[in-house]
Amino acid sequence: MSDLVSRMAGIEPDSVLARVVAKRGDIFALTEKTMQAALTPVEPGGLPNALRAALASRVARLNGEVAMADHFASLAGDDPMARIADLDFRGDDARSRAVIRHCDLVAANPKAATGGDIEALRQAGVSEPDIVRLSELVAFISYQVRVVAGLRLMRETL
Amino acid sequence: MTRVVQEFTTDVPVWKPYVTPVDLSKATPGQLKALQVTPSNRKVSDYVLVLAHDEETLTHRSPLFNAIMYDEGGMSRAEREIGALAASVVNRCIYCAAVHSARYVQLAKDPETVDKIFAAGADADLDHRLSAIMYFATRLAECPPTADATDMIGLRRAGLDEEEILDLILSSSLFGWANRLMHTLGEPVTG
Repeated sequence: MSDLVSRMAGIEPDSVLARVVAKRGDIFALTEKTMQAALTPVEPGGLPNALRAALASRVARLNGEVAMADHFASLAGDDPMARIADLDFRGDDARSRAVIRHCDLVAANPKAATGGDIEALRQAGVSEPDIVRLSELVAFISYQVRVVAGLRLMRETL
Repeated sequence: MTRVVQEFTTDVPVWKPYVTPVDLSKATPGQLKALQVTPSNRKVSDYVLVLAHDEETLTHRSPLFNAIMYDEGGMSRAEREIGALAASVVNRCIYCAAVHSARYVQLAKDPETVDKIFAAGADADLDHRLSAIMYFATRLAECPPTADATDMIGLRRAGLDEEEILDLILSSSLFGWANRLMHTLGEPVTG
């Protein structure tokens, strides 16, 4: 159980749940690889890894996944961007405000997002590749926290 | 004249991106590899060309998506489509809802269930098993997720085994990802 999802869901080795999860082992391995691509890519573009970790922490916290939020926040270390993990922090310049606003919108209320929100990112100086990188990060973590939440419910009721 | 599709439908709309798709003729070797473009396969959707701006996540996305929706064993393909549809209804992703409701109808020959879900979401009057599936997948898709132990026990009482439950968690969660790209990076328009 070396993947983050299994650890965060508290899956015990050799348990019934561990055997069920093992049958989908390829999916858990690909999930871990996607997380590495989203959090620590070879080419981070305009989203440094500390910012990615802090944004991932916001997404986890907005979903009530406290342990995951703390884990991602710890990856930001003592970088100045680590404060972005705090939900009360809304940014200190136009670009960081736009990125944080969009992260929270897509995580918590994606149905309300419109073309105007993408335009707002552009206006704040976020490049098109960075808009896609930001969206993938928030969307992927939204998937990952739900797999953890679902597995935890399985474990607690088995 | 094209117009934006606002209501749920099984007629798959055209997806119009807000972000400029990668120009295939100018794609880098890394992007081409992530796009899985070969001389014999040069058909790539605008959606995937938009995602090619982030080639490192795209590389894993397609195999992961296919494994969750199509790998053998566990939950039936039709019921996995209900997991996808539940999330797409919560997130009001008209495009994803159209694709996956149409696939469900094709697999299960059951258009009535889709009509009921489009009209009432998780409150749709479905048979016991589908109702438990729809309810759990909907509550897992909310932010924050509201699915609880009672919903999980409801899945088992409705006859799902542990492997099917895992596949349902994966399909609903996967669309928590897909909806957040499809619905926020572009819009569905009439063809």
